[in-house]
Amino acid sequence: MVLIKRQTIRDYGKGLAVVVLLLVIWECAALIINNNYILPTLGEIAEVLLHPFEPVLGGESLVANTLVSLKEVLSGFFIAAALAIPLGLLIGWSSEVQAYLNPAIQLLRPIPPIAWMPFAIAWFGIGINSILFIIVLGAFFPILINTVDGVLSIRIRWIEVAEMFHATTPEKLRTVVFPGALPRIWTGLRVSFAIAWMCVVAAEMLPGTTAGLGFLIMYAYNLGQLDVIGAGMVIIGIIGLGADMLFREGHARFFAWEGKE
Amino acid sequence: MIPKPVLSVTGIAKTFHGEGTSCPALADVSFDVGPREIVCIMGPSGCGKSTLLRIIGGLEIADAGSIQGVSGSGEGTASATMVFQDSALFPWLSVEENIVYGLRLTAQKMPEEEVRRRVTELLELIHLGPFAHSPPHELSGGMKQRVAVARALAIRPSILLMDEPFSALDIFTRRELEDEIQRIRNELETTILMVTHNPEEAVYLADRIVILSERPAMVSEILPVGLPHPRNPADPEFIRIRERLTLMVQGRPDREMCKTIPSASK
Repeated sequence: MVLIKRQTIRDYGKGLAVVVLLLVIWECAALIINNNYILPTLGEIAEVLLHPFEPVLGGESLVANTLVSLKEVLSGFFIAAALAIPLGLLIGWSSEVQAYLNPAIQLLRPIPPIAWMPFAIAWFGIGINSILFIIVLGAFFPILINTVDGVLSIRIRWIEVAEMFHATTPEKLRTVVFPGALPRIWTGLRVSFAIAWMCVVAAEMLPGTTAGLGFLIMYAYNLGQLDVIGAGMVIIGIIGLGADMLFREGHARFFAWEGKE
Repeated sequence: MIPKPVLSVTGIAKTFHGEGTSCPALADVSFDVGPREIVCIMGPSGCGKSTLLRIIGGLEIADAGSIQGVSGSGEGTASATMVFQDSALFPWLSVEENIVYGLRLTAQKMPEEEVRRRVTELLELIHLGPFAHSPPHELSGGMKQRVAVARALAIRPSILLMDEPFSALDIFTRRELEDEIQRIRNELETTILMVTHNPEEAVYLADRIVILSERPAMVSEILPVGLPHPRNPADPEFIRIRERLTLMVQGRPDREMCKTIPSASK
């Protein structure tokens, strides 16, 4: 059990105060404007959130839409990790591979994943495959870049120890390079999950999708139901925050050795 | 009859090439190490002691000369393992996992029961049984070095190479570990080649001391230390040898010869 320090509690308090302040400003503004086509009140948003299993706007429930988005983002995230980690290890390990691939990577990296959407629809059609393609694109580069950096930051001495015991190249990669780079890879996973989460919501807003939080927000927009949009945004924010906290907690737990070697 | 040396170093030469500069480190280094011997290498700082040890350990290639007794490619048991100044333990592995690291590689092909047997034996040897499952960052500097020694000994190398292994430790821990190295040599009949910059450590531990000249290094003298163990650093004879050694090692530092020393390559 981690002992939470008084300072930490005080910092949480400060953060919470600002969140409460923002909510109060929102609520005041909503009451003054008094038009739920412009700004729904917190009560109206809460009303939607408090019935998570009931059909929303004649479609699926909030929970069902959330699960659709989560499933898509997790699938894309794992596909991206499975591609980017081995490739990153290879690029970090071999300057030859790096020389070949680095320019192409640096060229593709700044392109926003959503810009690929027309191509995705042309290649994969409307639906899950296009969405997955966009998520994989978004999640791929942060994992790749961090994996390469992680490998490059490995202490040469560790590799020398492996060489001293006559480790083969696959053994060096498996027993030294991968675990040594893992804290950075983990950081890449954390960043890429946040990006994947944003991508899935954006991708679901495109025509042809029938479920998911992005779809729900777009559908509610067409019907002018801003309270549903607000509820969707709250769920997106909370899941994003929760995932980030899980990754941070995992980092502290698994990589306590980082910086202490 | 002179026993066959465990390690035979003949005519080792090495020049580092930087950008536009070339820096001769070792000119012509030759010496032998006999079975169960502790040999210390000393010399002016920057004379290439560590480079020599790395060449013997197979981490660097010499330009000329030969190393006999340990095979760089490491077939069978004729091998050299190294203890570095920083313990260089794998921080993501426990003490025990660090010790068995070499044994689990295909180069050793060690059956699992033998691995278990050795790790128990080695934990016993370095008195770290209770810390078997601790991560290295919870250990003190001296304990880390003990684990590094156990890791290096696990594959039963024909010679243990040590590169200033205790120089980062405080004086008490250092003496404690020096005594342990003695004990390990006696118990396991290990042959040890150690680079040190500390004359007292060399006289305290070594059977013979190889003294290198300034860059480019050659063997300037081999000093036998005939004192019986355990040695007493306050003993007048100990002090006489230590002072003689200090004088022999002190050279004119010639650091202008190379301004760039290339870093070790992958």
